[in-house]
Amino acid sequence: MTDTSNATRLAELRLKHGRPPASPAEPSAPPRDKDLRKSQPRFRGLEAGHRACQGCGEALATRLVMESAGPDVMIANATGCLEVFTTPWPESAWRVPWIHSLFENAAAVAAGMESAMKAKGHRTKVLAFGGDGGTYDIGFQSLSGMLERYHNVLYVCYDNEAYMNTGIQRSSSTPHAASTTTSPSGKARMGKRHLKKDLLSIIAAHHIPYAASASVAYPTDIRRKVRHAMETEGPTFIVIHSPCPLGWGHDGSVTIEVARKAVQCGLFPLVELERGEVCNVMPIRQPQPVSEYLKLQSRFRHLFNDKDPRALEERQHLQALADHNITLFNLRGDQADPMDTAGMDTVRRGGPVH
Amino acid sequence: MRQALEGSQAIAQAVSRCRPEVVAAYPITPQTHIVENISKLVADGVLDTELVSVESEFSAASVILGAAAAGARAYTASSSQGILLMAEVLFNISGLRIPVVMTCANRAVSAPLSIWNDHADSMAVRDCGWIQLHCLDNQEAVDSTVQAFKIAQDTELPVMVCMDGFVLTHTLEVVDMPEQDLIDRFLPPFKFQRALDPKRPITQGALVSPDFFGEIRHSHHAAMQKSAAVIESVDADWAALTGRRCGGLLTVEGPADAETGVLALGSMCGTLLEAMETLPMDRPVKLIKLRCFRPFPEAALREATAGLRDLIVLDRAVTPGLGGTVGTEVKGTLYGTDPGPRIHTYAVGLGGRDIPLDILPDLVATLDKPVAPFGVFDADLEKLAPEDR
Repeated sequence: MTDTSNATRLAELRLKHGRPPASPAEPSAPPRDKDLRKSQPRFRGLEAGHRACQGCGEALATRLVMESAGPDVMIANATGCLEVFTTPWPESAWRVPWIHSLFENAAAVAAGMESAMKAKGHRTKVLAFGGDGGTYDIGFQSLSGMLERYHNVLYVCYDNEAYMNTGIQRSSSTPHAASTTTSPSGKARMGKRHLKKDLLSIIAAHHIPYAASASVAYPTDIRRKVRHAMETEGPTFIVIHSPCPLGWGHDGSVTIEVARKAVQCGLFPLVELERGEVCNVMPIRQPQPVSEYLKLQSRFRHLFNDKDPRALEERQHLQALADHNITLFNLRGDQADPMDTAGMDTVRRGGPVH
Repeated sequence: MRQALEGSQAIAQAVSRCRPEVVAAYPITPQTHIVENISKLVADGVLDTELVSVESEFSAASVILGAAAAGARAYTASSSQGILLMAEVLFNISGLRIPVVMTCANRAVSAPLSIWNDHADSMAVRDCGWIQLHCLDNQEAVDSTVQAFKIAQDTELPVMVCMDGFVLTHTLEVVDMPEQDLIDRFLPPFKFQRALDPKRPITQGALVSPDFFGEIRHSHHAAMQKSAAVIESVDADWAALTGRRCGGLLTVEGPADAETGVLALGSMCGTLLEAMETLPMDRPVKLIKLRCFRPFPEAALREATAGLRDLIVLDRAVTPGLGGTVGTEVKGTLYGTDPGPRIHTYAVGLGGRDIPLDILPDLVATLDKPVAPFGVFDADLEKLAPEDR
């Protein structure tokens, strides 16, 4: 894609979603003519009363996705916390058709459901849900196949950065240096030795119509991205950063705060891709130091041992990763932007904050 | 219409006339010609289906699971390693009680690598909860395929139609291909009570606690047992329509007063039948052709073996350390029957080893000796180092 067309597409996207121009050179969006909150959907595809832990990021993210996706959907759900806490037989928290088959085949089952819809001429949108284990690791092949074959499926990955359902084992999505039960910190090791897999780049290489990262700290952003994916014909992918209080080691009351810090420090950049090209990012108004994010969680506690020289070194590694994201995606906003990390947070809180 | 068709081509045409709405498959020898022929029928506009060319057998099984769960008639075909890669999904499909149909082009399982026929693949998944039908020739494979869609629909259980790789899939035979209107009369459009539908949301595949798991397994077992009657009645209905039977659960061929029986499944039965007709035998032999391996037809087997002095059971697969799968199951079924036959269990034709006609007299000749332990009957131990014999 040439620079010109990219800029044009970027401008179109910004106009479409009421986003103001990132620079004065770009055309500005028309003013909003209705209150955003009045257009909030009421449909609850995921009902209350399920068995998620207090402060579960995944449960909240799923509720937000379901609100935006609406009732005319059917879901293929990978094995994982979401499946377990929503469907202890004979109970179910789902108000939409929902099927759980296996850990590693949600994308393939969704592909089959979508093929059935196509064969029958139905327009019901098929969604596939998986955690990071079911998406980054064991279900990766069937996900890639589904994207390549261009099924009209929205795949949502609830990324809590480890195998939480089986008791906090490391996944390829676990961040570098995080301590899990299979990458524990100790005398010889500083948590996970490897880097978090850059899944979004691999998704981008499939050149699907739309892919995005989102965070449970930014509900309006999730809603917008889900709606956009729902309107898009063809495979779409959204990964939602979803803190797990139990696995990350923070209080259930600070889930949103933890998730927000991950975005604001640059470790989990919120970006959108069309056909594999980055078309939008959520700018960071004031990048926070990575340690502000890390120190909230006991999985990084070993990185704050002042007597251990490796602790500082690993913190610097993580800071470097965040800085790399900020540079790579040009996350540092030029000016205060209502749609940046601080502006979007204002929306979440329901009014301006000072 | 009678046509000379390769087995795979015949299966592809039969599947096509059953109007599957979703077909998902991944190529593997010797199943490839089935998928290729279906793809060609789609390309030529003969078959209107969603053909999903998946990236693995695992996804092939998963796609038909999803498709049938969403209310579509769905089909796949595989073989050997492919069946094993699917294994987890096969258990899942039957546990969810999703009616789909699969052709298993039977092939040996690696290692050592062999692309040729035996039954190691379908035997390895005998516990996966699928109905398993074995075919003697391509006509039976065609007829059983059509029947399988009806059985699946009526029982809400998945059906695996097993046909011997190469021996059937790659063999040109004259087949009476059922016409479209005949199949349409026999097989109504696919309806699935529990299909996913936004107008009537249901949850499938929930987490089940120990409080309910045993009951759910029991109901699966009961459904499999009840399916035996459906398998028989569907075969009878098909016979009424076409004049051809596939042999219900099992059939007995040969002289009724024979005291020697041979039990086999698949294309082996064709060889044995011909041997019975053409070779001089020093005693009368009857053939018990086991068509339905799951559900295992226990009552029919007891009836078929009543009055036998000797029963030879031929397996085309080995359970290393025990014997033949069918052999051990036959022994289990006939345990306690009085007077029961002496049961001789052998494996033959492994990894594509040809089964010659004179295997039958050779087998019968062993009956004068005491019952030998299980062995690979046609293995030439001279080919092995002494320590491996």
